Amino acid sequence: MNNFLKNNWWKLLGVLFILYSIIAGFLIDIPEVQGNIGQSMRNLFFHVVMWFAMMVMFGTSLVRSLRYLSTFDIKHDVYAIQTVNVGLFFGVLGIITGMEWANFTWGTPWTNDPQLNGAAITILAYFAYLVLRRSIDEENKRARIAAVYNIFAFVMLIVFVGILPKLASGSLHPGAGGSPSTVNSLDFTMRLVFYPAIAGWIIVGYWLTGIRVKMDFIRQHLDNPE
Amino acid sequence: MLLSEIKFLVLKDIKLEFKQRYAINGILLYVVSTIFVSYLSFAKIIDPATWNSLFWIIMLFAAVNAVSKSFVQESTSRQLYYYTLTSPQAIILSKMIYNFVLMGVLSLLCLLVFTALMGEFVVNYPLFISALLLGSFGFASSLTMISAIASRTNNNFALMAILSFPVVMPLLLILMKVSAAALSVGTVSGNMKFLAALFMLNAIVVAMSYILFPYLWRD
Repeated sequence: MNNFLKNNWWKLLGVLFILYSIIAGFLIDIPEVQGNIGQSMRNLFFHVVMWFAMMVMFGTSLVRSLRYLSTFDIKHDVYAIQTVNVGLFFGVLGIITGMEWANFTWGTPWTNDPQLNGAAITILAYFAYLVLRRSIDEENKRARIAAVYNIFAFVMLIVFVGILPKLASGSLHPGAGGSPSTVNSLDFTMRLVFYPAIAGWIIVGYWLTGIRVKMDFIRQHLDNPE
Repeated sequence: MLLSEIKFLVLKDIKLEFKQRYAINGILLYVVSTIFVSYLSFAKIIDPATWNSLFWIIMLFAAVNAVSKSFVQESTSRQLYYYTLTSPQAIILSKMIYNFVLMGVLSLLCLLVFTALMGEFVVNYPLFISALLLGSFGFASSLTMISAIASRTNNNFALMAILSFPVVMPLLLILMKVSAAALSVGTVSGNMKFLAALFMLNAIVVAMSYILFPYLWRD
């Protein structure tokens, strides 16, 4: 039992953080906000958190791809693909929660906004990454070429998400085009829920990655038992 | 050393092009017929915003088609022979320069035919042409890298499109913004911010390709 806790305490912590963020996210008092955001402000604990978790996953994948290209150890490639899978899961959830929120506050699930488009393009790029991997049979070649695309696409996406919204003149989305980011002007009690929520989802993301990587290794072992 | 290798490889590509001539004629015809199809379906465009988006969509597809041949035109064994002779950096940079020349010719022709058929909307030509040239270089460099990636896979042409669209989208959006300004009251000095962003983007793509391409060609 003691050993179990010693090895798995961080998974428990992640689950507790998420449970806490869901329960507290619905129960705490949130400040009155101008405009038609109102109580939908609570979506911050779910929608924004998804993007943080996704970017951490894709960032980890980038690091794994860089390490693959410097060591050619296939282990890093397995981590790179599985973090992308988990990151895409968060990304799709982020899009769904975001569309719901946009439908409530802006009256439409999708607007032509640099941040929304950046998110959509990011998801498309990583789906393209998955298709690219499927179309190469040989393992080492696949790992190498996928790593190159991963690095190339990530840098272009950073440009897209990080620089383009700053050049855009008008944006509905908070944190772009000169409008203040909601995260910087957060109320203290909301921070108390927001940060643990981010930590919780990132931890669970790494946990999921770990499980998927193990599954991959087992599958490879079953394919070539020697 | 690198420079002379690049010069030699670019000249080789151009000579090859003039010998075969089907690739460049094919892509020029592709652009003209695409514009003609849109002319037949739109009849006359009255709105600069539509003119702008249609122009750049045609440019995007023409660019993907033109550049996707970069690494599949010559046989694998001949490419291996080049790799034994020159450095991989020289190969990617020379392909980029060659594709830039191709895209430059293509984009000017596209502008000419498009203006002739769809009506003249460009107000500020210096701004539009500089966006067009920076855009040609951007398309050429990023798509060259993507075509290098796609050429290593089993279904080159389908992958070329899906891999390249996310990557060229930042470039395309800035280009459309600048050219929209060139269709109304924009000036070169007023749009320096965007032109600088385009230049930076191109520099990033070239630097990344220079670093990453050596990992691609080895088998």
